Amino acid sequence: MRPLPPGPPGTPPRAAPAAADVVLDVDGLDVDIATGQGTLHAVRDLTFQARRGETLCIVGESGCGKSMTSLAIMGLLPRAARRRARRLAFLGEDLAAATERRVNALRGSRMAMIFQEPMTALNPAYTIGNQLMEPYLHHRGGHADEARTRAIDLLEKVGIASAAQRLGQYPHQLSGGLRQRVMIAMALMCGPELLIADEPSTALDVTIQAQILRLLAQLQRELGIAMVLITHDLGVVARIADRVAVMYAGEIVEHGAASEIFAMPHHPYTRGLLDCIPVPGRTAPGGRLGTIAGVVPSLVGELKGCAFRDRCRHAQPACAQTIPVLGAPPGQRWRCILEALPATVAAEPA
Amino acid sequence: MPGSTRVSALPEVAVILPEDLPRSRLPGRIRRNTALLVGGGLLLLILLVALLAPWLSPHDPYAQDLVNRTAPPVWMNRGSWLHPLGTDPLGRDYLSRLLYGARISLLIGISVAIISGLIGTTMGLLAGYFGGRTDMLVSFLVTTRLSMPVILVALATVALVGGSLWVVILVLGLLKWDRFAVVMRSATQQVRSLDYVAAAQSAGASTPRILLGEVLPNVMPHLIVVATLEAASAILLEAALSFLGLGVQPPLPSWGLMISEAKAYMFFSFWLIAIPGTALAVLIFAINLCGDGLHDLLSPEGRS
Repeated sequence: MRPLPPGPPGTPPRAAPAAADVVLDVDGLDVDIATGQGTLHAVRDLTFQARRGETLCIVGESGCGKSMTSLAIMGLLPRAARRRARRLAFLGEDLAAATERRVNALRGSRMAMIFQEPMTALNPAYTIGNQLMEPYLHHRGGHADEARTRAIDLLEKVGIASAAQRLGQYPHQLSGGLRQRVMIAMALMCGPELLIADEPSTALDVTIQAQILRLLAQLQRELGIAMVLITHDLGVVARIADRVAVMYAGEIVEHGAASEIFAMPHHPYTRGLLDCIPVPGRTAPGGRLGTIAGVVPSLVGELKGCAFRDRCRHAQPACAQTIPVLGAPPGQRWRCILEALPATVAAEPA
Repeated sequence: MPGSTRVSALPEVAVILPEDLPRSRLPGRIRRNTALLVGGGLLLLILLVALLAPWLSPHDPYAQDLVNRTAPPVWMNRGSWLHPLGTDPLGRDYLSRLLYGARISLLIGISVAIISGLIGTTMGLLAGYFGGRTDMLVSFLVTTRLSMPVILVALATVALVGGSLWVVILVLGLLKWDRFAVVMRSATQQVRSLDYVAAAQSAGASTPRILLGEVLPNVMPHLIVVATLEAASAILLEAALSFLGLGVQPPLPSWGLMISEAKAYMFFSFWLIAIPGTALAVLIFAINLCGDGLHDLLSPEGRS
């Protein structure tokens, strides 16, 4: 997909991921939301790992549980939502069993989050400098001058000119792109090991989107952090992901290295998504792009079998049964009864 | 990781905004805010006068000058500079009483706003932030409180306990928190759903820290407006209670009491009622104007 980036001088080149590199270990994560009509299973049996120096993209359409996943990891779920997991560990420490105080000490300091909407994610009552420095002083202690130096450093690193003057400005004086850069700088203030970015470029216009993504990718490589990027945009995924988890209706339907998934999708949903985006050279000019007919099923109540079967052209009676997860853990895995997709699918008109 | 993370700035990133947005300066914004200038100026004047009353007033406000009873102010016939605003029917200097009365009015306005503000803001913040049962309880308390007319409960309490300055302040303070609670609750609900609260949580801030550090500063403009309105209404209520004889007790020179004492002479010596009445109106006007101006000054949108 993309050549391995050269690490900064002094750091060893990236080796094959070892167990010690696992920053975030999620196994069997469920999020249930109590609604008037019954229990909504927003996230079901989610299993993935985020490793140091690696970008994991969680991709899926609106309402598939992407954001709920990020909130569940950070422990920021709304009150009505319940989180259950066989294992939810950050650097080997069980988050589900940690006290509120311990979680607060981890959040912001070692795991950080970037929000989708930069216009509301900064507090309008404080200056940029104040908001950058406060978490640092809170978690790291130390002198205000030190925090100030670091804030200016990071603002310069995220590409903001005249950083020292920006510190005295209020959020409303900055454009959306600048605010998102400030958000990124803020997330990096304490040098986190895990960065969760929930659609960080969705609210920005296209040129700024590209800049922000490039910035995130570069920072992630330079700092060697584990990044979980949540997006609905496969273009974004293609550009910066090392590993991809495709979510549909609260489940990961396919999971693997980005290069493998783009080269050979195993799940019909992934294939459908890939058919929706034009590829220069492969898609005929003027030709029709693929679509996925139908809508996402309701996640309220008891769910059984493959959630995609109503929209899948390969659906069989067996799809209503429990679906196995095929593939072996280091490589690609997919949740489907088919060992391989029939090769003809790509050529079929949508 | 800090310290080891110095890397080159990104070259490919263009600067989007012009180099220097002028940082908006507070003095300039105050100067452009007419409401705040006029209201604040008047309020400051009244505050100074109240503080300096012992030095400014020409006479002891309690001393009776029986020779010069119901003397008219200096600009009327028979008026003299001995009593610039005349005297009341007991011969007490009206200007001195007016100056000392300002102390009582301001004391009541400020204390009631602080007491009721503390109660109402706490309840509103908690209800708006936590929602659910807390919200239900607070809403119930607010409804209960709203079902009791302030003046009636105040009258009953004062009649029972006996009127004094501190009884009036306490009774009003414990009765007037409802608007604080209602306004703070809805303002907090709005702020609570914004991303920066979640961002603060994701930065590891504890709940008290979020309430005081993130939510409160953003609902402060509303709080200040309500506080000024409530201070003004508390001053009016005290005047009303004193007028009914159940507020501040004579011979303390409260403006409401002065109006009450003057009502019998309304048709013969109208200034007796006009002077404290005007003072009261000017004070309320100044407070409300000041609140309006402060709201414009403090709301984040006003900063540009």
